[in-house]
Amino acid sequence: MFEAKLKTASGKVAFTIDGKPHEAPDGVTIAEAMLLAGLDHTRLSPVGKQPRAPYCMMGVCFECLVTVDGVAGRQGCMIRLCEGMAIVRQAGKVKLAP
Amino acid sequence: MADAVTSRRENFDAIVVGGGLVGLAIANGLCRSLKKVLLLDEGDVAFRASRGNFALVWVQSKGLGAPAYADWTRRSAAEWTAFAADLKKQTGVNTFHHQPGGVHVCLSEAEFEKRAAEVEQFRNQPGANRCAMEMLDHDELAKILPGIGPDVVGGSYCESDGHCSSLYLFRALHEGFKGSGGRYLANAPVQSIEAAPGDFAIAAAGRRFAAPKVVLAAGLGNARLGGEVAINAPLEPVRGQVLVTERLDPFMPMPTTFVRQTAEGSVLFGDSHEDVGFDVTTKGGVLGDIAARAVKSFPFLSSARIVRSWGALRVMTPDGLPLYQQSAEYPGAFIANCHSGVTLAAAHAGPLADAIATGSLPEELSAFTSARFDV
Repeated sequence: MFEAKLKTASGKVAFTIDGKPHEAPDGVTIAEAMLLAGLDHTRLSPVGKQPRAPYCMMGVCFECLVTVDGVAGRQGCMIRLCEGMAIVRQAGKVKLAP
Repeated sequence: MADAVTSRRENFDAIVVGGGLVGLAIANGLCRSLKKVLLLDEGDVAFRASRGNFALVWVQSKGLGAPAYADWTRRSAAEWTAFAADLKKQTGVNTFHHQPGGVHVCLSEAEFEKRAAEVEQFRNQPGANRCAMEMLDHDELAKILPGIGPDVVGGSYCESDGHCSSLYLFRALHEGFKGSGGRYLANAPVQSIEAAPGDFAIAAAGRRFAAPKVVLAAGLGNARLGGEVAINAPLEPVRGQVLVTERLDPFMPMPTTFVRQTAEGSVLFGDSHEDVGFDVTTKGGVLGDIAARAVKSFPFLSSARIVRSWGALRVMTPDGLPLYQQSAEYPGAFIANCHSGVTLAAAHAGPLADAIATGSLPEELSAFTSARFDV
């Protein structure tokens, strides 16, 4: 699935998932980077608290929602991974403090 | 080409036309006293207000200048808790009904003054069942609705207001009707009604159904169907649009007229009133205004993600009040229309259905016949 991108990647991007440092090839999306990191889930669903992972990889299924640099509910498959990004897996509902 | 209709009559005690919340609620109630009840549903192609609503069980501001409507609304809201409990017991479906009170948020001094004048007018209106409404200023409102923005001047609060999940209500009513022995037929738009006093034959889905009672609860479709039983039903569509956010951690202790958080966390922003005919599309400008109002009310919502929007058509009479009537020319034919199918569901399943089953509508509903339009 990632072969083409991995072959053409020119370098590595450093980022964190839940505070832990990771690296991924330049040019991948956040969802791809999380799969490459070997995670078995990228969030817990908001009502049933079930583990969920990226499914459609094309912006339709909303299964890959993650918090990116403090902004919750972002679609991991639609955002290119950038140097220094802090990605946090969401556990349940998004918390927006009143 | 019209479908061929068989001449064989399939007999029922009552036929309800319309598979939305109004028809379903009445059909459920009729099953208490009638054995064979048939529900004819046009199907999912219908302009179904029931799938577009905001799901408030709302009392405040209903019936300003119309005490009978205020009383009817209040009665339904008061019976909702028992209604929801009965549905849960009967079907296992939780409608998530809560009655924590509700607020109409005012975003300018002018809005606040106008609302305060309406609350005052309500207080002076005749009728024993007045809603306990009070105006709260910004600081008082912030105590019961944390997170309101600096643009919120204040609002009106009513302890009788609440909300539910209208989709679960819809499902519970379907399950309840089926469980009570009711017969449901989908994709069955009514082709014609042969009317005689106490004897009606309805052609639908190529079949012929007969009953001594028929209840027209077909929303906007009643404008046409009413004529078949000599009831004037001047109904017009009024579009409302709604935006929905991703599921958020609960932050709202109670619903407001324009922003509501569901039991599962989604936040609904509503709702517009647009006179655009039979058009359920969504429009950027209107949705933008809806979002702007929601964010002014609760500024932190500016970082919430919107995941859906929709448009739906309200069923409106010229004065906005419900329409309940038995045909004078064809007794046994009843009509029921309103734009508050959620709030009034308890009254429709309870007292209205009982009155239809016994064959006459009570005095308290006499203000809602179409005679009021013939002036």
